[in-house]
Amino acid sequence: MSDPVTPLKGARYDGFCQITEIGPRGMIALRGDLVALAGTLRAVAGLDMPCQRQVTAAGGNACAWMSPDEVLLMLPRPEVEGALAQLAAALQNLHHLAADVSDARALLRITGPLAREVLAKLTPADVSPAGLPVGELRRTRLAQVPAALRVIAEGEVEVICFRSVAQYVFDLLSMAARPGGEVTLFRA
Amino acid sequence: MLILTCPCCGIAADETELSPGGQAHITRAGPGADDAAFEGYLFLRTNPRGVHFERWRHSMGCGKWFHVARCTVTLEVFATYTAQTAAPPRQVVDEIIARRPDWQWESN
Repeated sequence: MSDPVTPLKGARYDGFCQITEIGPRGMIALRGDLVALAGTLRAVAGLDMPCQRQVTAAGGNACAWMSPDEVLLMLPRPEVEGALAQLAAALQNLHHLAADVSDARALLRITGPLAREVLAKLTPADVSPAGLPVGELRRTRLAQVPAALRVIAEGEVEVICFRSVAQYVFDLLSMAARPGGEVTLFRA
Repeated sequence: MLILTCPCCGIAADETELSPGGQAHITRAGPGADDAAFEGYLFLRTNPRGVHFERWRHSMGCGKWFHVARCTVTLEVFATYTAQTAAPPRQVVDEIIARRPDWQWESN
């Protein structure tokens, strides 16, 4: 199989925060009755089913709650095919959807003590430490496009967006992180 | 700016994260309805000064539809509740009556 190519080929911008494209990462959209899927998720990925807006992580895998009937399973890229086969085998009697969306998403990371500030310039979501706690996944918009924000630790934020708008989101974040644009409202 | 709490994901989303879906709880006319009734179902909407029921979709979030009861005069939001219902639930109606004693629920 061809090697995966990320949309921005690992682009990087250094402003008052660093914006870096990360990946490739395996991503599987898993939809269905989340209660019924919990056992299979544990068997295939070794992860607990996340509660509303939460992310569970263990041993390089992570599972993010996306909506009442959807989670995003994140795992190393080479393991996607195997995981899909295991899911299909385990869930053949359950109404569900398991789709490889690794190539449909782009991943960006914002690092720096003012990372929350870069987001605050672009989204209507409350990105204060109280409004977006560490470990939660918040689906919202960045300027004109949907995106999911996840504060991994203070000063480190991961952004998941659609691949087709990766350059747009990268440019937005870079513009918001330009030196001299610090507001210092949220200092980690 | 409206801020509505999505009952599916619990997020207080502002209206720019949502897509409006128009008036809620419209009863479909037919089959066998006359043209006037079907025209009413398709095109005729209330435009109340006061309590209004609407459908909204959390399009920049969890993607789910939900219902909102709000006041068009004060922009007060009485409740947001599941889309899987043909009429506002009892507690939503009670909540509105507690704040607007003159109002009563009328299906259309």
